[in-house]
Amino acid sequence: MQRLVRITPALYRAPMSLWPLLGIAVLVIGFAAGINPLIAIVAAGLTTGVAAGLSPLHIVAALGKAYNDSRYVSIVWLILPVIGLLERAGLQERARMLIVRVRAATVGRILIAYLALRQITVALGLTTLCGQAQTVRPLIAPMAEAAADVRFGPLSARTRYLIRAYAASADNVGAFFGEDIFIAVSSILLVKGFLQQSGFDIAPLRLSLWAIPTALTAFAIHGFRLWRLDARIKRLAAENPP
Amino acid sequence: MIGLEQVYWLAGAMFAAIAVRSFGDRANRKRYGNAAFWGLLAVSFLFGSELGDVANGVLVLALTGLGATAMGLGSPKSTSAEERETSARTEGNAVFTPALVIPVIAIAGTLTLGRLEIGGAPLADPKQVTLIALALGIIIALVVALLRFRPPALAPVEEGRRLCDAIGWAIILPQLLASLGAVFAISGVGAAVGRIATTWLPLGHPFAAVAAYCIGMALFTMVMGNAFAAFPVMTAAIGLPLIVHRFGGDPAIMGAVGMLAGYCGTLATPMAANYNIVPAALLELPDRNGVIRVQIPTAIPLLVCNIVLMYVLVFRF
Repeated sequence: MQRLVRITPALYRAPMSLWPLLGIAVLVIGFAAGINPLIAIVAAGLTTGVAAGLSPLHIVAALGKAYNDSRYVSIVWLILPVIGLLERAGLQERARMLIVRVRAATVGRILIAYLALRQITVALGLTTLCGQAQTVRPLIAPMAEAAADVRFGPLSARTRYLIRAYAASADNVGAFFGEDIFIAVSSILLVKGFLQQSGFDIAPLRLSLWAIPTALTAFAIHGFRLWRLDARIKRLAAENPP
Repeated sequence: MIGLEQVYWLAGAMFAAIAVRSFGDRANRKRYGNAAFWGLLAVSFLFGSELGDVANGVLVLALTGLGATAMGLGSPKSTSAEERETSARTEGNAVFTPALVIPVIAIAGTLTLGRLEIGGAPLADPKQVTLIALALGIIIALVVALLRFRPPALAPVEEGRRLCDAIGWAIILPQLLASLGAVFAISGVGAAVGRIATTWLPLGHPFAAVAAYCIGMALFTMVMGNAFAAFPVMTAAIGLPLIVHRFGGDPAIMGAVGMLAGYCGTLATPMAANYNIVPAALLELPDRNGVIRVQIPTAIPLLVCNIVLMYVLVFRF
């Protein structure tokens, strides 16, 4: 620990301790040990706060304030009653029926198409058009499962879960590596704001432009893996019938 | 003026109704736990702004305790597989209509709500139009679905409860992680990580600096669950002093690719709960890390590509 302190003059002046990092250790151990993540997170917060010399009351107040300020993240749950109503009316079944008619549909092709759709719409700023709750659970995952059902007969539970996990991954990869192409997205504004404070005035469009090579690479890598998924499902279906 | 607060009331009402129905669900052995959890969530949405920081903190601790120990799966009344199959045939593609109403209204609302005025005052908070428009889209979709399918009166609550119970405690995970981020921030965790990165790594060559910056972004994002938290720390510690000032790299390329290197970390961490853990719950996967497992083999080669891309581009333009 002593050795670390002397490296740069600016850091040397700052009264900084490495003890708050203990919280990260608590978190990693908690997650690895399979403790409920809620408990692991609160324990990590308390550990870090105490290690930084904060009073327990101060820590609880900080937890409460940030929790309350971030309620907007949970607005998306308002959608659950609507999705539930549609599921009760046969939304997933209808999505399956549509896919069964499309002979060319495979898990890989459906998810590659969704990855492209997600990436392009997000790049145009249409982030709320798709999402895990809006599209993956009610439409994309059932469609992908149905496509595999048609080809290989009823699937084992393990294969089913694998297909669902890949459906969720297509949404994430598409959203993450599409959004920075849209100039008004918060991450671009954060990068611009931070660089501006540091004396570099950069047009958001330039940041968007340089997000494109990575976006294409992400599509190539994840698309390739989705394409190979079909062969893997075929193998799984042959190895363990349900 | 309609702001986030009004949308929170809506969420509060939803969770309150779910709590009441959970309380009366005798088939669930842990019904009191479920009722208390959803009830406290309703309190948070309805009264969170008035409660004060310490009371909200106690609420968070209570939600944590209940969520980790006291929740079961309710048994709301829904339709059977056969009924759904029949309904899917008779309704046809009309079942998709409400689902399409949501994005259409959300986008139209985002573009117009900020400009509407009543008596000179804006109708909706211009800074929050995206979320307000999303809520509006959901309300209209709900009305459309109710008119079209004519389900029993309690069906919206019961169907919402079915999905909420399926997600369970993971529903507060994203907000709880934001809380942890706040405690990390006031405790100086970011600065400590930045110092470790700069002191332990040999960064004498441009490639080493680029690699350290990108890998640092990814790792720090994994710890914080959010690339936004990593960006200022890593950029101040490695990006600006080394890549830009010492080796003459372009700050725009560094910033754009650096942020995306951080996103590779987002793919691989349970800390990014709303992307990785909540979908696992939403899709009813038995392994809560199931989504992360299939994303890591994309995240690693993509991170390598980002390092190469940045190294090739940042010193050239």
